[in-house]
Amino acid sequence: MSGNNMLAGRVWRFGDNINTDLMLPGPYLVRSEEDQAKAVFTTNRPEFLREMRRGDVIIGGFNYGMGSSRPAARSLRNCGVGFLLAETINGLFFRNSVNHGFKAFECPGVTQAFEEGDTAELSIEDWTATNRRTGQTLAVTPVPKMLLDMMLGGGILPVLEAQGLIAPRHAEVST
Amino acid sequence: MGMTMTEKILARASGTPSVKPGDVAVVDVATAVLMDMTFLPESWREILKVHDPAKVVIVFDHLVPAPTAQAAAAHRTGRAFAAQFGVERLHDVGPDQGICHAVVADRAYALPGTVLVNGDSHTCAAGAFNCAARGVGGPDMLYAVTTGKAWFRVGETIRYDFTGRLPDGVSAKDIFLTIAGKYGAHVNQNVEYGGPGMASIGINGRRTLATMGTELSAEFVIFEADDALVEYVRERNTQPFEPAPPDPDAVYRDRRGIDLSTLEPLVALPDAVVNNSVPVSEVAGQKIDQAFIGSCANGTLDDLAAAAKVVAGRKVARGTRLIVTPGTQAIYRAALKAGYVETLLDAGAVVTPATCGACWGGHMGTLGPNETCITASTRNFKGRMGDPSARIFMASPATVAASALAGAIAHPGEFFRGDAA
Repeated sequence: MSGNNMLAGRVWRFGDNINTDLMLPGPYLVRSEEDQAKAVFTTNRPEFLREMRRGDVIIGGFNYGMGSSRPAARSLRNCGVGFLLAETINGLFFRNSVNHGFKAFECPGVTQAFEEGDTAELSIEDWTATNRRTGQTLAVTPVPKMLLDMMLGGGILPVLEAQGLIAPRHAEVST
Repeated sequence: MGMTMTEKILARASGTPSVKPGDVAVVDVATAVLMDMTFLPESWREILKVHDPAKVVIVFDHLVPAPTAQAAAAHRTGRAFAAQFGVERLHDVGPDQGICHAVVADRAYALPGTVLVNGDSHTCAAGAFNCAARGVGGPDMLYAVTTGKAWFRVGETIRYDFTGRLPDGVSAKDIFLTIAGKYGAHVNQNVEYGGPGMASIGINGRRTLATMGTELSAEFVIFEADDALVEYVRERNTQPFEPAPPDPDAVYRDRRGIDLSTLEPLVALPDAVVNNSVPVSEVAGQKIDQAFIGSCANGTLDDLAAAAKVVAGRKVARGTRLIVTPGTQAIYRAALKAGYVETLLDAGAVVTPATCGACWGGHMGTLGPNETCITASTRNFKGRMGDPSARIFMASPATVAASALAGAIAHPGEFFRGDAA
């Protein structure tokens, strides 16, 4: 886990109830994983994908990721978001974060503590988030070890692949 | 310390004496439901081993009858998968097809006291059957089908106790809109329903209320099992089961009473389901282009009966479309025999085959730019049913049917006066 447990990135702030359809619009459900990653927040913040850098951080409000079972967390991982800190995270979005290897954590008070463009530091060892500009440090809600290992290890699919239970992604599929 | 229904089922399925909020439970999955979206060529990951084909159910519902060649390809992949691994419970286009949660209900595949997972978000629908059922993601489904397992974080539970009975013309959707309007989201929490008034809601009404639990962002939504439920399941499924009642000393985050006799028809305003309910009178007269009744939430025989009762002998307003989608083909046939389909058609409604189509903006009733719709389905998010500029109000089937007749949002009360509930 070392090397993976201290992360930092530039902050993009979002509000409450950010739904899955904003991260992965309906028409993209039938498109490739790569195409889906090019549609993140295109309806509500079209500048996001143009201006974000790999490792940037999303700060969200309450019930982040509400909505459907679609793999919106995978799109955030694929477009290069470093991690997400939110007041609360929708349960289904959190499952998809764990299973797709996207780092998503609950951090009460986070929307008040960060401004757009701040740098957020996350320690997964100490379970803290720090604003480098203000020096303010907040407690991050720890994720149980079994789920954290899966999240940091790239999700559940590599595990199922290694066990020979599912085919690798690019395998020939007969239809 | 006593356990809630959710805790009891998760403990039972993980082979431990008890679980509590904060735990992660790794459970045996009794039923894993795969829907057609899983098999889309762009998302399908080939499964090489199935833990137990008898625990798998496959239902084609979002893309039926196949509206595109891509959908047809997904169905071919699903059929081939079922044949390869001997999955017998395949609900293909034809008499046994329907919306997955409605098929699970028709067949009583969700056994009381067990765990069910499905890749569609409205899976807590099966909570009406005292089943710990949750909508999960694609990877969870691969995990469940190949290993027979699923993991869950155990959350705190909110308990609702019903008393009294609903007035005429007020239905389960109005109970939901009351709870969603008053209490809002239940993120990371379980919702459990019971109390002396529960029996009067009926199995179909409980299905509506359980299905809509997804919109509360709840983890699990579980009803107590009463005699009517046990009888319903026994008539349709020969497998043994043991319901999970809550312990008398179960610990709840909060316990809330709902007196059904005090409720009235409500409407959710466009763009959000929770914290967004108003009495019908506040939006009465709002002109509509389309009225829709269907989906996993409101495609039951009771919903079709309510719609038929309202429109019987009357006509849908000129310039307004009333689209009705039964939850399953079996419900469609039952509605045909009961005369509801003829009543709806005579009034000018279009009755479609069973599909998720209109509810997710797929097909069979999508909305155009700047249109206004009132819907008895699951979601009213911006763009949910088609164009992002369309406005979607949400209400009960009776309110939607009354609105279709008026061509504008209307209270259903006058069609129910003097009835027994």
